[in-house]
Amino acid sequence: MTPRIVEVRKKVLSKNDELAHILRERLHAAGVFTLNLVSSPGTGKTALLQKTLAAMLARGKKVAALVGDLETDNDARRLAESGAPVRQIQTHGCCHLEANMIASHLEGWELNTIDTLFIENVGNLVCPASYDLGEDMRVALLSVTEGEDKPLKYPTMFHSSDVAVITKMDLAEACDFDRDLAVANIRSVRPEMQVFEVSAKRGTGMDAWIEFLLRQKPQV
Amino acid sequence: MHELSIVHSIVETAAEAAALANATHVSKVYLRLGVLSGAVKDSLLFCYSFSTQGTLLEGSSLEIEDLPVKIFCAPCNQVQDLPDIQRFRCPVCGTPSGDVRQGKELEIGSIECEVP
Repeated sequence: MTPRIVEVRKKVLSKNDELAHILRERLHAAGVFTLNLVSSPGTGKTALLQKTLAAMLARGKKVAALVGDLETDNDARRLAESGAPVRQIQTHGCCHLEANMIASHLEGWELNTIDTLFIENVGNLVCPASYDLGEDMRVALLSVTEGEDKPLKYPTMFHSSDVAVITKMDLAEACDFDRDLAVANIRSVRPEMQVFEVSAKRGTGMDAWIEFLLRQKPQV
Repeated sequence: MHELSIVHSIVETAAEAAALANATHVSKVYLRLGVLSGAVKDSLLFCYSFSTQGTLLEGSSLEIEDLPVKIFCAPCNQVQDLPDIQRFRCPVCGTPSGDVRQGKELEIGSIECEVP
């Protein structure tokens, strides 16, 4: 038998990509704008989201959130206090979310009663970069306690994101955080990326972030 | 580490292609791996070594072609190799550019198999 070369030309994650594409179309048809929040563990995704959900609800927006974690539903309980519909996705050891997890956890929700959907990914700056969840915007978070060079250490994730948020700005001085250097490093891996600087605890910078979110609409 | 689940997808996709071609065995899988794919080459090779058992791919090798990032530089009007993914700027003129033309690939190009 002679060996034969068979052309395949197929993306390895094509099943996830196809599912994400279908999901995106479904969300757009229902008028939902979707954000995927990524960061290291402990950057403050949940804290930012708690304040964001409450602020957007107060502005009359219909927001909802899906929150991924390896174990526990602590984050979902924290987020549900805002009054927004929230569901926990427990990945049981899986280090990232995939499109099928999003699709299955949206079941039973009337999508046309939602205008903004937040997906809080598992805390991890490596693996979630490879998985399209059907989002319109990927938001990378970086806290001042993590160091200004985080974007250079995880260029793939920061490059694949559309917007960056620097969190815990109330601790910037205590950490000798060099804000200009951090922004320069973010833009080194993703030129011209929009950067927000917030303290969810103190509320500083939150207005600009919320105004930005209120302007977003799904592309139809 | 998500390379194990990526390798499962590689094995599944390659086995489907092999079955379509009526192959009895696969000896090589050619993978195109971009620097920005988010997957690590050594981890893929490690996971592959034990993920093909009991499939048409058992005993096969994973041949990985590394693809550097290429960006388009507007002032130079040219696609350039990016030597350093910490700095998305043209290696010739230094202009920042996020216009990536290559480097996100994670795809099976072809398989080498035995067809009776």
